[in-house]
Formats: sequence, C-alpha cells, structure tokens
Amino acid sequence: MHHERPESGLAYALQQLINGVSLGMIYGLIAVGYTMVYGIIGMINFAHGDIFMIGAFASLIALLLLSAGGLMEGPAAILLVLVISVAITGLYGWAVERVAYRPLRGSFRLAPLISAIGISIVLQNFVQVAQGARPKPAEAVISGGIELMREGDFTVQLTYVQILIIALTLAVLAIFTVLVTRTRLGRAMRACEQDRRMASLLGIDTDRTISLTFVIGAALASVAGTMYLLRYGVIDFYIGFLAGVKAFTAAVLGGIGSLPGAVLGGLLIGLIETFWSAYFSVQYKDVAAFSILVITLIFLPTGLLGRQEVEKV
Amino acid sequence: MIAALREAAIAAAVAFGLFVLLVGLKTEPGSAGTLILRERFGDVALLCGLVFTGRLLMALWRARRAAVEPGAPTRLAALTGRLGPWLAPALLATALLLPWLPGIGRSELDLGILVLTYVMLGWGLNIVVGLAGLLDLGYVAFYAVGAYAYALLAENFGLSFWICLPLAGILAAFWGVLLGFPVLRLRGDYLAIVTLAFGEIIRVVLVNWTELTGGPNGISGIPRPSFFGLPFSMGGEEGSFAAVFGLEPSPSHRVIFLYYLILCLALLTNWVTLRLRRQPLGRAWEAMREDEIACRALGINLTATKLSAFALGAMFGGFAGAFFATRQAFISPESFTFIESAIILAIVVLGGLGSQLGVAIAAIVMIGGFELFREFDEWRMLIFGGVMVAIMVLRPRGLVGTRTPTIALGERRKISAALVQEGRG
Repeated sequence: MHHERPESGLAYALQQLINGVSLGMIYGLIAVGYTMVYGIIGMINFAHGDIFMIGAFASLIALLLLSAGGLMEGPAAILLVLVISVAITGLYGWAVERVAYRPLRGSFRLAPLISAIGISIVLQNFVQVAQGARPKPAEAVISGGIELMREGDFTVQLTYVQILIIALTLAVLAIFTVLVTRTRLGRAMRACEQDRRMASLLGIDTDRTISLTFVIGAALASVAGTMYLLRYGVIDFYIGFLAGVKAFTAAVLGGIGSLPGAVLGGLLIGLIETFWSAYFSVQYKDVAAFSILVITLIFLPTGLLGRQEVEKV
Repeated sequence: MIAALREAAIAAAVAFGLFVLLVGLKTEPGSAGTLILRERFGDVALLCGLVFTGRLLMALWRARRAAVEPGAPTRLAALTGRLGPWLAPALLATALLLPWLPGIGRSELDLGILVLTYVMLGWGLNIVVGLAGLLDLGYVAFYAVGAYAYALLAENFGLSFWICLPLAGILAAFWGVLLGFPVLRLRGDYLAIVTLAFGEIIRVVLVNWTELTGGPNGISGIPRPSFFGLPFSMGGEEGSFAAVFGLEPSPSHRVIFLYYLILCLALLTNWVTLRLRRQPLGRAWEAMREDEIACRALGINLTATKLSAFALGAMFGGFAGAFFATRQAFISPESFTFIESAIILAIVVLGGLGSQLGVAIAAIVMIGGFELFREFDEWRMLIFGGVMVAIMVLRPRGLVGTRTPTIALGERRKISAALVQEGRG
C-alpha cells in the first residue's frame, strides 16, 4: 500500500479513494448485520465481528478445498466459495442466536450483551484451537487490475478484486433491499422491529423472524469475510474484533436501526480510515475509528440517518 | 422420548454443519508458503456424538424436573443464604492466615496474590457495574493508568511506592471522570461500547507512544516495594527488613508482604463499598441502576452520581494497577487487552452483580480454575467464554445472587436472585 508517497498528487488521493470505498463496502456489509439485529431486538450483537471472522475462515477452507480438487477456475468457483461460506456462516448465526440469545429474551438488560461477549470469546478461541493461532495466508485467486491514471511513477490501479468487491456488495445489497421491502419475511421483520408483541398477536412467528434476521446478518458478514480474504490475502482468528468494532461504529454513525445508514456509515469509516493512514499515521488509524465512535455517540447519538428515540419509564 | 431423540438428532445435524469445515479440515502451512488441508473427520464425528448425547440428556432432564416455582430461591441460593453469615468470616480468616498455613509455598502464595488482585479489581468494577449499573467494558484502562503511573513516577522521579500509590489512584480516578464525562448521556449497551473504545484507545496509545511508555517493549526494572522504607534485600545488610527485625533474609518476606499488601487494598475496597452502600451516594447508585428516569424525577443529580461511580471504580483499578506494576517489576501493553476487561467483568457477573461475597468467590473459582487448566492453555479461554454464556442462560443473576436489601421497611427479607433487577429500560 505504501509506494514512494507522492502524497500531494491527485493520483495518490484517487488511489486512496478507491481503497477506501472497497474497504468501506466490507465494513458496510458487516454493519448491516449489527443494525438489523439492533433494530429487531435492541441488543448489540457483540459476536457479529467474530461471525465475520468465521465467514472468512469458511471461505478460506472452501477455497483450499476447491483448489485441491482442481476446481478453482473462473467466476463460478468464487461463487461456489461464497455459497459454501454463506451456508456455514448462516448456520453459525442461527446457532448463536438459538443457544445464547433466545433463552435470554426478557432477562435483565445487560444479560444478552454479556452473553454476546461470551460467545465472541468462544468463537475466537474455537477457531484458534481448531485452526491454529498463526495468520493464514491465501494465494491470490484474482490478480491484476486496470490502470486508471499515471502521475510520474505513481499509477492508480483499480484491481479486479476491488471491482469484484464493489460489484458484489452492490448486488448483495440489492437482493437484501428487495428481501426487506418486498417479501413476506421482510414485512415480518419490519413488523417485529416496530412492535414485537403486536406482531406476534397478528400471527407472525417472531422467534422464527428473529432467527432468520440473524441468519441473514451472518450471511452478509460472511460475504464480507470472503471479500476480506480475497482483498488482503491473510486472515487470523482475531480479525473479527477490530472489524466488528469498526463496523459497529459504522452502524452507529449511520444511525443504528437504519439499513441505508449502515452502508453509508461503512463507506465513511472506510474512507476516513484509509485517508487517515495515508496522510497522517498508520499506527493511530484504529484510534481514528474509535474516536469517531465516541464523538458520534456524544454529539450525534441518533447517527446520520437514525430516528430520534423517546425515553419512557 | 421420541421428541427428545428428534431434538438431539437435529442438534447433531447442526453441529455437523458447524464443525464439518472448521474442525474437519485444518489448514496447515505446506511447502512453498501455501496452505494445505489435513482432514480430521474423526473429531467431527466425536463432536457430533457429544452434542447428540448432551442434547438428549438435557431434554430428558428437563422432562423429569418438576416445574420450579419462579421467584423462589433456588437450592444453591438457599445454601449460600444459610452458609452466608459463616462464609465471609471463614474466607477472611483463611485469607489472613494463608501464608502461615502448612503446605503453602511460594507458588501458592503467588496464586493467592493473583486471585486477590482480581478480587480487588472485581470489587472495584462492582461499584461501577454492580451498584451503579453502568456496564464498563474498558475497566482495564484504569488498571493500565495506575500501573503506568506508578512505573513512570517511580522510575523518573524516584518516588516511593507509598507516595505513588495514592497518586496512581488519583490519576486513575481523574481519568475515570475524564472518560465518564462524555458518556453521561449514554445508556446501557452504548455506554459499554464507548468504554470499550476508550480502553482500546488507551492501549493503542500505550503501544505507540514509545518515548514515554516504551511502546510494545513496556517498562522494566520498576522499583520493588519496601517495608515502609526498609528494603527487602537478600544480603541482610544494615537497614534492610531482615536486619531490622533480626530475621534470616529470605525471598519469601517480600512475597508475604505483597500478599498482605494486596489483601489490605482489597479489604479497603470492600470496606469503602460496604460503607458507601449505606450512605446517600450508595443508595443513589443503586436507585440509578434500578431506574434512571425515576431517579432524575426524584431530584437525584445523575451527573454527580455517575461520575462518582466512575471515579471510585477507576481509583481502585488504579490502586490495583500500581500494585501490579510493583509486583511484576515489568509492565507492557500486553497485560491490558480487552480480554482482561472481559475477565474482570465475568468475575463480577458470575458473582451476581452487586454481591461482594459473590465477587470474591467468583474470582477464587475463575482465577483458581485458570491456574488448574494452565496445561490446556488454548482451551482455557474457550471454556471461560462458554461458562460466561452458560451463566447468563442458566443463572443470569450469578451464582450467589441473593441480596439483603440495604434499606427495608420493617422486616428484612432475602431477595431471591430471580427477582433482583438491574435497571430495566
């Protein structure tokens, strides 16, 4: 990422813009999962970042499995990796909700959050025990890119992976938007979000709807995990923590509960982080993300696209 | 029975789906830097079998168990309730006499010091989480502030432990207020995430501010404590602890001193908490935990109440941090990660959010358990996370969840775990 740093050039800024958008897409996809779960049951799914990590690992293993079988060729193979990873990760999302969150519905306020912290620790250490603690490098499946601009020695590159990330995110979000706005399940989800008890009185199976919300959130996170793997090529069991906090920041920045807000927030966080490390300091880039979280919550608690909530006794 | 079998089969099928890739195929570094897969489907079958039996037994046990009247104290709670009056003095007596008990060597005493450090941290966090109901996920930040404050003051200015200790506490309390101030308006889970972010910011700064903190290498050679000015030296020369008291110089003197030091600090935390609970401030904390809005309506100053909880909790964290620095003689940002905050929180949660005795027992069980499982290093955290979930699912009020109300009309009665609430809504 660090070339000779012609930092003043337009080309350098353009390259950061491209990098920032593709990173922001990954954060946005994870953030949607946070915001959905928060909207529907009002809890922060602290383990969501680790679900993303599970998605990345499932993709890595699927990828290795396919290349061992000599099937790792062309876009169909990547689609197959995605499908396998989504299926496995969705199952994790379902199981986590069933085991750790559902029994706690109606328990005291902090119980689900504490349980989620426990699940986060379990998932991280499960992967560490099962797959080892060392970072896992993956061979680049897609290499090369398009050269957009040249300024002196510096070339602006839009890699094929970045194109894939942007296209795939847009496609997934389109499917997801249709799912939420047009289908029966989406209507049930929105009904549960507004008033869970009333929704259940009207014959909506709220438990099933909540379960499916977790599955969908996990599926989106797993797509993000696959893309993270393709983009960075190295994963370990701990990537979920930072990515999770940043995606949560994105969800808060966009206004928690708002789906377009989550994507917008993700893009903003990706851009801020990329530009921060390009122009200021790489060491403190995580501080930048955390500070945004704190500042947003203090000055703009409803986020950019969120609704004002009224407190009642 | 058929239903139980079916449930177990479903659970096993789900477990198969969960484990088939992530356990069944292990990625290992192969030749030329690429990864290869090693299959372990035997382990997957074993895990699925375990899940199947576990789920079956659970279903059968559930069917057999008579419905317990909700709200009635459970057997465990009743047991602790009956033992309660004896348990605390017994624990205290054991703690006081521990260095002199037969069979207690250097390593046991070291473990005792470690456990007591966590007891103290648990009691400190209990003020914030258990009494005031503010979920703090960045408590380790204050521990770090205390530790670095002591290390830097002692190394750069040559101040003694007894001057640094209050300074470290004050600095940590100051940070508590500083961090508490912006989050006054936040509630519940938002507060938790912001405190988590603060904790991480402090850690990242510690890692990167190399000129001050030594960066990832940390600070070493931190001065060891002296017995009120008398150093614990091995030579037994004039003016050392051993010489003044006419004892044979021994390394265990310092360990025993450290043990009593942390015991006193922990008991101080406990004493302050217990006293405060009977005073207006403590009652305001507990009222705030139960219902913030009602509190405000009754004219309680929420700003002062919240900040005082943060400051006091942070101060005890700072004391514990200074103690940690002087005991280890070496600190680095490694010791102050999020997982440390999670462990301290887990101790408070297991202890039943607000119960002093519960926190002490939870610290003994958890940290002691950690040491027992030291051989299974990788598995420890896995089990620990699992226990955290299990506690929340099975006994959300903690293992020792009963409380006597601090103030009551007429007769005092035990409140069962299930009926104690942490400020809902």
